[in-house]
Amino acid sequence: MHMPLEDTLGLNLLAANQHQAAHNREHFDAWQLLCVNVMSSPGAGKTSLLERSLALLADVFTMAVLEGDMTTELDAQRLEAVGVPVVPITTGRACHLDAAMVSGGLRLLQQRLDPADLDLLWVENVGNLVCPAEFEVGEHRKVALLSVTEGEDKPLKYPVMFREADCVLITKIDLLPYLPVQVERIEAHIHQVNPRCRVLQVSATTGEGLEAWHQWLVEQVASQRSKPAAPPSERHGPPPALLSAVH
Amino acid sequence: MHEVDMTRALLLAMHNWKQSHTPHQPQVGTVHLQVGSFTCVEPDQLVFTWRAATLNTWLEGSELAIEPVPLMARCLGCSATYSPQAEQGYRSPCCDHPMEEIVSGRELRIRSVDYHFNDSLSPSPR
Repeated sequence: MHMPLEDTLGLNLLAANQHQAAHNREHFDAWQLLCVNVMSSPGAGKTSLLERSLALLADVFTMAVLEGDMTTELDAQRLEAVGVPVVPITTGRACHLDAAMVSGGLRLLQQRLDPADLDLLWVENVGNLVCPAEFEVGEHRKVALLSVTEGEDKPLKYPVMFREADCVLITKIDLLPYLPVQVERIEAHIHQVNPRCRVLQVSATTGEGLEAWHQWLVEQVASQRSKPAAPPSERHGPPPALLSAVH
Repeated sequence: MHEVDMTRALLLAMHNWKQSHTPHQPQVGTVHLQVGSFTCVEPDQLVFTWRAATLNTWLEGSELAIEPVPLMARCLGCSATYSPQAEQGYRSPCCDHPMEEIVSGRELRIRSVDYHFNDSLSPSPR
């Protein structure tokens, strides 16, 4: 009576998110800005690092921040105090930002400024070493932070996050003298799961290592600027000017 | 917690699939997934979450069949494939090379859907 049927889908479970992420990235490319997704466990120092970097890079780049937070806007307030436009995205129950949330944040940002004026758009993700690794938001680069107080084995315990990162920042290195931790072992563990990523040691408190980190950013922004714009046939939709009118 | 979000993504994909059969109403028996071990998804939790999320929906009673896909990498030292282990730092046992090229284990794929069309308006047998 019921004819059994089978459809082969071969569809990525996260296809809808990936589609939206690709859409976001097309906007970023058209605006010729670099989008950096900053991820870490809670308390690794994402906001402290951004406070320092935003202040030090203010003369180098025009920047804005999309700030993911589960329930509060505390981090957004901290960053806004530096003088950079910040759009808070409260995720509520969700433990990561997804591409649709970032798209919503972009629309709010566009009410305040023209993204084409930006060199660098930061996305500060929700503190979590698991989910953000799987949900891309349209970023060009993923940066993962790992503080020295989290221990040497975190890259092996949360390998997906460190595998996905383009750059890993080992943070709070000013605390190294007080910890039974060998930073060389942390670096080695990161490179075991991701031999190609850049690993840098920084301290937002003392400023140590920030120069190399900012140099890396300068290089990434330059490579994004020199990227030829995709020909119209390769785009998946209308150009951004039309899209912003539609949304 | 992330299994809830994965389930939401799966429900969305299934909804889109159902739309593709409009105006017919497919009754889903089993959704076949491939889940790599080098992902953030725990198969047992996904099955549990699926059952809870599909209660009182058009997908109630459908099953998730998860085919686990092991993490396999290719050693860039000797081109042999190996099964990276966290305890060995994901390094290759042959050449002690760090994990460079992942061959499998990142899958999060809806492979296929078993279903039928009701030929009457009566509820499908469970």
